[in-house]
Amino acid sequence: MDALMLARVQFAMTAMFHFIFVPLTLGLSVLVAIMETMYVKTGNETYLRMTKFWGKLFLINFAVGVVTGITMEFQFGMNWAEYSKYVGDIFGAPLAIEATMAFFLESTFLGVWIFGWKKISKKAHAFAMWMVALGSNMSALWILIANAWMQHPVGYVLRNNRAELNDFAEVIFSPYAWLKFFHTVMGGYIVGAFFVMGVAAYHILKKNQLDFFKRSFKIAAIFGLIMSLGIAIIGDFHAKEVAKTQPSKMAAMESLWQTQENAPIYMFAWPDAENEQNAFEFLPIPGLLSYLSHGDFNAEVTGLKDIPRNERPPVWPTFLSFRLMVFLGTIFIVLSLLAFIYSKKDSLENKRWFLRLMLYAIPLPFIAAQVGWIVAEIGRQPWIVYGVMKTSDAVSKSVTSGQVWTSLIGFFIFYGILAVVDLSLLAKFSRKGPEPEKTA
Amino acid sequence: MEANVFQLIWFGLWGLLWAVYFMLDGFDLGAGILHPFIAKNDTERRMVINTLGPVWDGNEVWLITAGGATFAAFPTTYAYMFSYLYTPLLIILFALIIRGVSFEFRGKKDSESWKKGWDFAIFIGSFIPALLFGVAFGNIFQGLPIDAAGYHGNIFTLLNPYGILTGILFVCLFLVHASLWLSIKATGDLRKRAQKLAKKLWPILLIVAVLFLVHTWFATNLYDNFFAAPAGFVIPVLAVVALLLSYVFMNSSYVKAFYASCVTILMVVFTGIYGLFPNLIPSSIDTAYSLTAINSSSSVYTLKIMTVVVAIFVPIVLIYQIWTYKVFSDPVTEEEIYDEEAEAY
Repeated sequence: MDALMLARVQFAMTAMFHFIFVPLTLGLSVLVAIMETMYVKTGNETYLRMTKFWGKLFLINFAVGVVTGITMEFQFGMNWAEYSKYVGDIFGAPLAIEATMAFFLESTFLGVWIFGWKKISKKAHAFAMWMVALGSNMSALWILIANAWMQHPVGYVLRNNRAELNDFAEVIFSPYAWLKFFHTVMGGYIVGAFFVMGVAAYHILKKNQLDFFKRSFKIAAIFGLIMSLGIAIIGDFHAKEVAKTQPSKMAAMESLWQTQENAPIYMFAWPDAENEQNAFEFLPIPGLLSYLSHGDFNAEVTGLKDIPRNERPPVWPTFLSFRLMVFLGTIFIVLSLLAFIYSKKDSLENKRWFLRLMLYAIPLPFIAAQVGWIVAEIGRQPWIVYGVMKTSDAVSKSVTSGQVWTSLIGFFIFYGILAVVDLSLLAKFSRKGPEPEKTA
Repeated sequence: MEANVFQLIWFGLWGLLWAVYFMLDGFDLGAGILHPFIAKNDTERRMVINTLGPVWDGNEVWLITAGGATFAAFPTTYAYMFSYLYTPLLIILFALIIRGVSFEFRGKKDSESWKKGWDFAIFIGSFIPALLFGVAFGNIFQGLPIDAAGYHGNIFTLLNPYGILTGILFVCLFLVHASLWLSIKATGDLRKRAQKLAKKLWPILLIVAVLFLVHTWFATNLYDNFFAAPAGFVIPVLAVVALLLSYVFMNSSYVKAFYASCVTILMVVFTGIYGLFPNLIPSSIDTAYSLTAINSSSSVYTLKIMTVVVAIFVPIVLIYQIWTYKVFSDPVTEEEIYDEEAEAY
């Protein structure tokens, strides 16, 4: 493999690894903050124990999320120097702002939260957790503003052999960025909700600390339900934005070859990029693609054949990932609705099949988050900045394939060990459960 | 070409961010290097780690910000610096990763070998960045072999005598800094040992610092700027005075000695930055290819926006970080570590 391909593999690998931990951080930070707020409001010790138990799992996960984030910042310069040089005038700003506005907040208040139990008031302590959650979410916002600019570049001019910023407001208020932000953080909230429900289900199955885990389950179920419905709505808006700004990605997401009006969605299809057609397609729902793309059953949707071959994204990974994401999204709505109903009726303990299902559902939102990013990033290819710069022009000139091989292998081993240690610790502390109630 | 005012501001901020990073993470890294040696048992090791616990993560964000600011304000420098120094930066990155998780993971299992493993991770993860950041800055002071064809060096080019000396200087600065930190923040025997150690390490630092100042004369052009604008000599003079004061204060107040050590680190970095101007990375073979605040910067528009952002948010960050240091200003005691109501690493 040449340095370009290796750099791409490395970026994909490190980004995907990073994004195992980030969505859980997003979700758990908010859930833990909610639990601690309930403790401050009610004075009920169970909420305090909940805060501490889920908070501990949050911390184990947080550590890896943070350190793997530094890799991402380093990598733009290391492997993508030409990119950094060409768009740094625009792209660097959100990253720097992310550090100043979000990382400081998140890291500083996390220290306060971990060690401040006896040093500050209860209210101040809960406030610290909200600051951590705010920091995590703001960090997602700024990174997604940066990413959205790569998807749909706005507010720039090409000048002095590079892209230069000329309208900052257009960059930060880009609808693409905000839709992507809500879509992504809600995905994180779902990851957090299903994680809490899954671990709680495990303990309810074992009849372990029932009150504690049923309460945890209920909070997560309500949160998960709101977010799974919300993400579907935002997802619809987001798809319309993609159809408008990135027609080639939209066409690949649905494997649509012919530009057509009243474009259908096929329930079953498989792309054959070689022959510019689908290997098979059946069960069409007429007009649905037109409607989902443009809000009109008769609207014209661009097909891949109208996009030059060398500007088409790889079709099958985009197509398959998109299908999987939508499929999983639907499952999340069903599961969290059931979860909500059962915990409301207080009949969870009797629904053992459901609890088992929820335990095994823990990985599903993680998968949905990963395939979502595959749609976003592979669907943008061959562009690194859509319509402006090709990925092949972005790679560092001075870096050899030998160097990238070395770092790639290094990351592989290093991240492998981190994953094993982190997941085993998460599993260990999840299984162990909270500290037993204090008997007065 | 003249630098515009925003390029000047950002050159200064670039230096300031690095300086603050080394001042803050300096005692973190130093304590990470020291902890296997200064602590006699697991309790004492935990005490060292818990003096850092509430603050190390916030300190490290200054590094991320320094990196991000380089990207935003001097993208060309960012691009070349990171791709030219690929291997050493990768090593630093791995070290920081292993160090970052080790604080969280160390106490999560009751096993001797588990803890020993993570203790080693903390040591190596602290030592490597301290040394290599020094090596990197030494080489930046000297200039990198850059011309039209790009970069002509590798990791061994960087390991030249001046680069290594700067690396040792950084390690020594951080070790004294950390001993002073522990002299304030630890309790019991550990505190007394830290105080003794600070006094022992200081003369070594002094010798290395003198060697560095002399070698800088021969190895770099840093002094040119000082002779061109002698007012700048205030900076290295302050560095030296603060270094001497840190020793004097050891007899009266370790808090004062620690503050003096903070000033020393700030002024050492600023000495380099003043000498570099307008270069961020000078070329050692042809100055036409030096990366400067003028030829590698973002547009004035971007720099203006970033200036506004920094002017608003850095003071806010400083306020809550200083508040954090106040909240956790008490020394770490043994009882506190074993207190089940409070958290500790």
